[in-house]
Amino acid sequence: MTDLSKSGAAVGEPTGTSPAPTAFLEVRDLKVHFPTDDGLVKSVDGLTFQLEKGKTLGIVGESGSGKSVTSLGIMGLHTAGQYGKRKAQISGEIWLDGTELLSADPEEVRKLRGRQMAMIFQDPLSALHPYYTIGQQIVEAYRIHHPVDKKTARRRAVEMLDRVGIPQPDKRVDSYPHEFSGGMRQRAMIAMSLVNNPELLIADEPTTALDVTVQAQILDLIRDLQKEFGSAVIVITHDLGVVAELADDLLVMYGGRCIERGPAEKVFYEPRHPYTWGLLGSMPRLDRDQQERLIPVKGSPPSLINIPSGCAFNPRCPYADVPKDNVTRTVRPELTEIGSKHWAACHMTQEQRERIWTEEIAPKL
Amino acid sequence: MSDKADDKAVNIPAQSEGTVITKGDAAPGETLLKVTGLQKHFPIKKGLLQRQVGAVRAVDGLDFEVKSGETLGVVGESGCGKSTMGRLITRLLEPTAGTVEFEGTDITHLGVGGMRPLRRDMQMIFQDPYSSLNPRHTIGTIVSAPFRLQGVEPEGGVKKEVQRLLSVVGLSPEHYNRYPHEFSGGQRQRIGIARALALSPKLVVADEPVSALDVSIQAQVVNLLDDLQRELGLTYVIIAHDLSVVRHVSDRIAVMYLGKIVELADREQLYKSPMHPYTKALLSAVPIPDPARRGAKSERILLKGDVPSPISPPAGCRFHTRCWKATEICRTTEPPLAELRPGQQVACHHPENFADQAPQDVVLLSDAKEAAELVSEEALAASAETSAAVAAEVESGGPDTEASKDGAAKTAPGAAEDGAAKTAPEAAEGTAEEK
Repeated sequence: MTDLSKSGAAVGEPTGTSPAPTAFLEVRDLKVHFPTDDGLVKSVDGLTFQLEKGKTLGIVGESGSGKSVTSLGIMGLHTAGQYGKRKAQISGEIWLDGTELLSADPEEVRKLRGRQMAMIFQDPLSALHPYYTIGQQIVEAYRIHHPVDKKTARRRAVEMLDRVGIPQPDKRVDSYPHEFSGGMRQRAMIAMSLVNNPELLIADEPTTALDVTVQAQILDLIRDLQKEFGSAVIVITHDLGVVAELADDLLVMYGGRCIERGPAEKVFYEPRHPYTWGLLGSMPRLDRDQQERLIPVKGSPPSLINIPSGCAFNPRCPYADVPKDNVTRTVRPELTEIGSKHWAACHMTQEQRERIWTEEIAPKL
Repeated sequence: MSDKADDKAVNIPAQSEGTVITKGDAAPGETLLKVTGLQKHFPIKKGLLQRQVGAVRAVDGLDFEVKSGETLGVVGESGCGKSTMGRLITRLLEPTAGTVEFEGTDITHLGVGGMRPLRRDMQMIFQDPYSSLNPRHTIGTIVSAPFRLQGVEPEGGVKKEVQRLLSVVGLSPEHYNRYPHEFSGGQRQRIGIARALALSPKLVVADEPVSALDVSIQAQVVNLLDDLQRELGLTYVIIAHDLSVVRHVSDRIAVMYLGKIVELADREQLYKSPMHPYTKALLSAVPIPDPARRGAKSERILLKGDVPSPISPPAGCRFHTRCWKATEICRTTEPPLAELRPGQQVACHHPENFADQAPQDVVLLSDAKEAAELVSEEALAASAETSAAVAAEVESGGPDTEASKDGAAKTAPGAAEDGAAKTAPEAAEGTAEEK
């Protein structure tokens, strides 16, 4: 990691609308709320992060923690479909290479989408159109952004399919999605997202639907392609193994907020939030002999309509009573920098957390 | 583990009454479930006359035993037949061939009525906690259904028993009158577990019990299954694709590939020194949650392509099209599932971490050469090294050095000029004796 990356991040939690982002992608205080009959669903509630080119950010969290909503927000896909009267309420700032996306003209964002930023979805069967061949879909994606004839575009499609490791690309380019296996579909989708050499690639659970052997192939592919194209990559997943493979930086989400963020090594080896401890403790591991039992997080994830007051994690936190005066249940902890480029949102003092981690949690993992 | 013949001998007299099932007669360590040559082929029909044109060989010859009180984990990629296997042993599907014996009774072709008394002893936990609970029934109705169907009146009444079960699985007895939609995924899975436990079964087959759950919830359910086994002496067959989960819960693990078991071993042995190349590749593909090992490509074995179609599986060893060690014999002869080490059965001509079973065959197939390109030099070297080391250990450990020396000499590829007469079964016998 160079000094340049994240140098802008050192300010902590930037608020207000002062521009001058130094990072390639900078998200500031992003909020995505959905009005529903039952109340306002605060899917993402104040998220800030930066990402440099050539770096990979991993976003982890359980289902309903706001990971996917964040990625759709960056792509500007919440406003794209305007069904009914109820639209998502989005606020904050998203700076991509000097352009603020949320206030930009939707037509401008549309031109960026696909070309400068692209996305790999979780389920390739529902993300690919069953009626068109793989080739037609890649050619369409290419020709929207490049004024070339169909032949050239087709050549480009074959080249991309070859690049992602589809055998006999010149033949398979005319196949339909249903003729591909799950792994090949995911490869085809990666080919489609990369056909315009995007500078930002968002992979939303790119391997969740795949078998481990195919997952390993896809993770390798994403890593190689990133090296080759130098793109910035956001990997969204619930699998800590996948992020450990790919990510330089890690962002742990809980209840629509970031509760810990930092370099992957820091978050894995010196986590400073009880929820991160919980995630690490719940995970059965292949690489080491464990004690008999896993250490699960008790309870279930919070409802995003009634996020618990104070720290959102307090009903499930075994250490909720460590800080004095019931502060965990009344005051929401802010992200504070606890080490170089390492932030966590917890009321416990740093000494308390360090002691609990080294004495109580780490030995059991 | 060592004396399978004894197990059978002990078990069968205990069940001399045939279909009469008595509770608690299988002591820990006795064979509860025995599967022999189990097959399930789903016919493919085509045309006006619906003539059968082929078959999906989902399960194609399985042999294994499950002992009372143990947990057998079954892993494999999607489409390897592991779920079909689960449905066959609980007789939710009719096997095409082979036999399933439960407590010594042949249940392979029992009808619905014939199976009913056995359903008390054999229950299933399903993968999807959303589709396996009837949305129009209350939790009370769902969990009490087994009592109703079996005509069992538990002590203290059905309601009291259901409430007890709910508290056993970590739910509140007040949930009795609620509906499934009021519960989260993890809670629903607990309801499914409570239903499976209602009649205090002996065998519980769990098909992907935690794969639909979040990590933190997954750990809760895994711990619950653990506790229940300890308290109630349950026997589990746990089917899962997640190798870390399987490692955590199982005593023995069966690895399936295209409808066959390629390796069946004790947990420790399987994870420490896998012998089938497929097991090795599968284990190496699991992403390790440790950033320090990022990009450690040298340790990873990438398999090329996808699993072949179970409609026309490859001849010989089914894994030979993706294996980096495949030779001519792999294409022609199917390796038998043989116990090469005590407690470790493997179906491979060229096992890892062990003396080669077909040392006369050293010429790689073109498939294998292609596959070997995906396997890093380090991984290959390491595997050759461990194979040699293990073989040497076997050699020095036993008195019967003559037999194993031949095997040891041939672990390094290319060094296998002599002693070509040695065949696989012989080698297996030799090493088994030594241990």
